[in-house]
Amino acid sequence: MNIKILGSGCNNCINLEKAAKQAAAELGIEATFEKVTDYADIASYNIMRTPGLVVDEQVVLSGRVPTVSQVKEILAPLAV
Amino acid sequence: MTTATAPSARRQAVRRWGGLALATAAWWALYLANEPFWNWLIGGVIGLDLNSRLGSGVHFFFFDTVKIALLLIGIIFLVTVLRSFMTVERTRALLGGKREGVGNVMAAGLGVVTPFCSCSAVPAFIGFVASGVPLGVTMSFLIASPLVNEVAIALLLGLFGPGPTLMYVGAGLVIAIVAGMVIGRLKLERWVEPFVFETKLRGQVINSTVGLTWDDRIQMGIEEVISILRGIWPYLLVGIGLGAAIHGWAPEDFFATYAGPDNPFAVLIAVLVGVPLYSNAAGILPIVDALYAKGLPMGTLLAFMMATVALSVPEMILLRRVLKPKLIAVFVSITALGIVAVGYLFNAVL
Repeated sequence: MNIKILGSGCNNCINLEKAAKQAAAELGIEATFEKVTDYADIASYNIMRTPGLVVDEQVVLSGRVPTVSQVKEILAPLAV
Repeated sequence: MTTATAPSARRQAVRRWGGLALATAAWWALYLANEPFWNWLIGGVIGLDLNSRLGSGVHFFFFDTVKIALLLIGIIFLVTVLRSFMTVERTRALLGGKREGVGNVMAAGLGVVTPFCSCSAVPAFIGFVASGVPLGVTMSFLIASPLVNEVAIALLLGLFGPGPTLMYVGAGLVIAIVAGMVIGRLKLERWVEPFVFETKLRGQVINSTVGLTWDDRIQMGIEEVISILRGIWPYLLVGIGLGAAIHGWAPEDFFATYAGPDNPFAVLIAVLVGVPLYSNAAGILPIVDALYAKGLPMGTLLAFMMATVALSVPEMILLRRVLKPKLIAVFVSITALGIVAVGYLFNAVL
């Protein structure tokens, strides 16, 4: 699984990355993490509020920092 | 299944709306008790003369801090819950294909109701322009969004009442509409960084409000109150401290002499001071409140506040990623001119 964190490096992105890493670890998913900080790249995913979470090139969340359990809910069905 | 979930759903609803009702009642009680409490504590128990400089300064500080905190909590919560029905994505869809004029009016209005923070100004700008929303319409949105904000509305309402609050909202909308239309007319697309137009939007637009329950929306309201208060409390305390100092110690006619109704350059100076100043409505309004009590006219003060919240150096640096310096200069000048005009107008009619 490839997980991308979209955002220019503000606190929200750091918190989102933490939540995503913990969620993946708790679910036992093997994932590679990437940060996308370039505005043109971020915008090309068609999100208008940072931070954004992209799983295998699919935008699954934007504009807010979710809790670990919310990320788990998102990741679990995608892992199968 | 349904028989099992119905009572628990009802219990949940009772807990949710009951909790909200209790919180509202507690809010009212605190709001009403605020002034008598500080009168009693500072005047009665501590024994300061509330008409003395020290007494009135100290009273102003505590009374205003509590009053402003209560107003912020109430209005931010309400606004966030209402805004949870709106998204930037929906706003863009509504603006797509709108002509200038109608588009500018809609963009300014939507800029007020759409949940948006200036940290997302750049991706939103690219998302709007790359999907075909005209530049001028996009600028109307980006100007209105910080200019007419809920923190300022909450504080104006509490400190000055509904009249000046409506004036502020109306003036902010007009400035955003006109400035966006002017930028659109000037055809300044060549001063937008070219990559913006070349950005290909791919992927599904996700709607982040689908499936939100009332519990989620209330939770979002609470989180937003905490996150905004956490961000603005230093500004607020410094602002109220300065306000208290002005309130208690500044000579009665000091500010009125230099920036009062008789000085024709007062509004201009207020805006020139306000533009580079980086603060938010929470830091500025307690000072505005104290200056108003010292005899400064409302138009000058509103212009000062609008210049401070609408235009800031950090925002310019962010926007530099997508706008060339010339366009930033045009954007700042037109918005500042609009604010100056509004200031003089209010001073003339009030």
